[in-house]
Amino acid sequence: MNIYTTDLSLAPELDSLKDTSNVNALENEAIYILREVAAQFEKPVLLFSGGKDSITLVRLAQKAFWPAKIPFPLMHIDTGHNFSETIEFRDRLVEELGVELIIRKVQDSINQGKVKEESGRYASRNSLQTTTLLDAIEEFKFDACVGGARRDEEKARAKERIFSVRDDFGQWDERNQRPELFDMLNGQIELGQNVRVFPISNWTELDVWSYIQEEHIEIPSIYFAHRRKTFLRDGMIWSADDNIVFREENEAVEERMVRFRTVGDMSCTAAVLSDAISIDKVVSEIRDSSISERGARIDDKRSEAAMEKRKQQGYF
Amino acid sequence: MEVLKIATAGSVDDGKSTLIGRMLYDTRSLTSDKLEAIEKTSKQKGYDYLDFSLATDGLVAEREQGITIDVAHIYFSTEKKSYIIADTPGHVEYTRNMVTGASTSQAAIILIDARKGVIEQTNRHFFINNLLRIKDVVVAINKMDLVDYSEERYNEIKADFQGLMAKRDYQEQRITFIPVSALKGDNVVNKSENTPWYNGDTLLGHLEELDMAAVSNVGTPRFPVQYVVRPKTEEHHDFRGFAGKVYGGELSVGDEVVALPSQTRSRIKEIYFYDKKYETASRRSSVTITLEDEINLSRGDMLVRANDLPTIEKQFTATISWMDSKQLTAGNKYVVQHGVNKVLAKVETVHHKIAPDYSGLDTEANTLGMNDIAQVSFRLNKPIFYDKFKEHRTNGSFILIDTQTNNTVGAGFISS
Repeated sequence: MNIYTTDLSLAPELDSLKDTSNVNALENEAIYILREVAAQFEKPVLLFSGGKDSITLVRLAQKAFWPAKIPFPLMHIDTGHNFSETIEFRDRLVEELGVELIIRKVQDSINQGKVKEESGRYASRNSLQTTTLLDAIEEFKFDACVGGARRDEEKARAKERIFSVRDDFGQWDERNQRPELFDMLNGQIELGQNVRVFPISNWTELDVWSYIQEEHIEIPSIYFAHRRKTFLRDGMIWSADDNIVFREENEAVEERMVRFRTVGDMSCTAAVLSDAISIDKVVSEIRDSSISERGARIDDKRSEAAMEKRKQQGYF
Repeated sequence: MEVLKIATAGSVDDGKSTLIGRMLYDTRSLTSDKLEAIEKTSKQKGYDYLDFSLATDGLVAEREQGITIDVAHIYFSTEKKSYIIADTPGHVEYTRNMVTGASTSQAAIILIDARKGVIEQTNRHFFINNLLRIKDVVVAINKMDLVDYSEERYNEIKADFQGLMAKRDYQEQRITFIPVSALKGDNVVNKSENTPWYNGDTLLGHLEELDMAAVSNVGTPRFPVQYVVRPKTEEHHDFRGFAGKVYGGELSVGDEVVALPSQTRSRIKEIYFYDKKYETASRRSSVTITLEDEINLSRGDMLVRANDLPTIEKQFTATISWMDSKQLTAGNKYVVQHGVNKVLAKVETVHHKIAPDYSGLDTEANTLGMNDIAQVSFRLNKPIFYDKFKEHRTNGSFILIDTQTNNTVGAGFISS
């Protein structure tokens, strides 16, 4: 059999993926990038949130180094506001793979007085993650952090390189990025700097879902439609399950059939109405959707430059 | 489905971002929330039209100044193809970002403002696309609405552009001219009634029909070793695989190969992609290869077919696109990263520096400043295994890294 990558029509094993873009070529590109990480850096780590993008990354890393194990640990920056389904899933995956999982908690950063918890209607711990992440990078002396960000998510992300150099304050200098030519990834850095690596930069949301479908990758149940206690605000549907999302007295709780398209911090991730209970249905729903994935992320709506600002501060 | 990577080029205010926005809008690729955001911001700014550049100019500084500073990658698909557009800056000072965007593209769109016609920047954009050997170039003559959709003006610009091609020894490219108005949507996705004299395709129509095989440069198989996989587990105790990506052609089980630089011969025993074995690994597949013999191979080494060796030399001459504010000077040392291989290099001679107006009147120089392009000879501390860029897009290109700052300071295309 032939492994063909640039033209899907010649990839017999992917015949069923007619409507998706070039998932096979993207997979090969991502594997190449992950191997560059292992080869060029002393202490890389894979940032793992338990979401679909980082789950995809883990599968790609498995493929990149087979039959050897993934040669770097996973790290979860835990906001403490996770969906419980995600955490169960995370722990099971790590055990199955036999990889090391590092957990660093935003709650600890709050307790240490390094960050201040937001309050009010739109309180979120999402941006607080940055401090916890930067502290963890310093603690473990990580020189490369692999993340599942994609350029199609958001327009500041669309500007980012695959190897994105951050200074020793973790900051992104968006106006002075290293040129990145052809396949050549320059991972040379000074002590204290680190590189954020985005192997699935060129994937779209649909590519990720198609890949999960094709590879039969298991994902947390919240991605599929389920009945959930929710309330409405600003035209979006919020989880009312765990009292994590701030809710006014007059915001009525109602059970709805929903699913989540992204798994961020609960306080900034809205649900969508859906009856997609299988991966096939999820893929066709995404294909027909007229709303972008981040349309359900309230933290991006704070301002036109929300993501860029977070990234400048060291957000992944 | 095929994916086509396209780089856009055009001078400031020629409307690149608007063109891309228009393409997204007319192919219904903009989601409703993004469209709403564009409508809202356009209104806030007091525009009486939708400012599509808001969809692509992702940085605050870009939106403040209304210019594109760095490459944005934009994704959309139609029934026929998936597209990745590298929206690259037009400003001279961001030429390096333009080279960055163009390096991974198979086709290019060069925009010209119909009112201004061919300008120095047009020359630069065409030159760079040519240098990078992008085979299919669309010249989109934009803002036709502002010249009353004049056929005469269109033909004038077309003739000027063709005149420009005659000025230098340009490589063969397919060049297609299309009159468009990105703002109004003429001939971008939908055929325009305003240009009855134009019989060609719309921009999207042209891209949809592009023959991908013709625009991709294949070359001969090269397999740089990226990573050596040694699991040392009970199950795979003796497994020693060479992980890498196949560039050009394909490699098959049983092929006689030579390992460079040792020049040891062996045969391909197995080709793995994850846990599955394959007979053949095609271009751009990231596989793991095992060999029949125990030979010493590490990162940066290369496997090639025995009857098809690249040049193995400690020196070469290349066209350099210089990308740093610190000058390149004869005698300086840099790291050459050629694929995954790194060697130290010394600049021997700077030859012909391309005239800044790309007129063909090249000059002699000893140094290169930001955005200069010149022929430069290098001497290396170890041989590398290269092909000429015109024969092999991957194995004929490299980057230069500053030994002190670690920055990528130049891109090179080997000529001899």
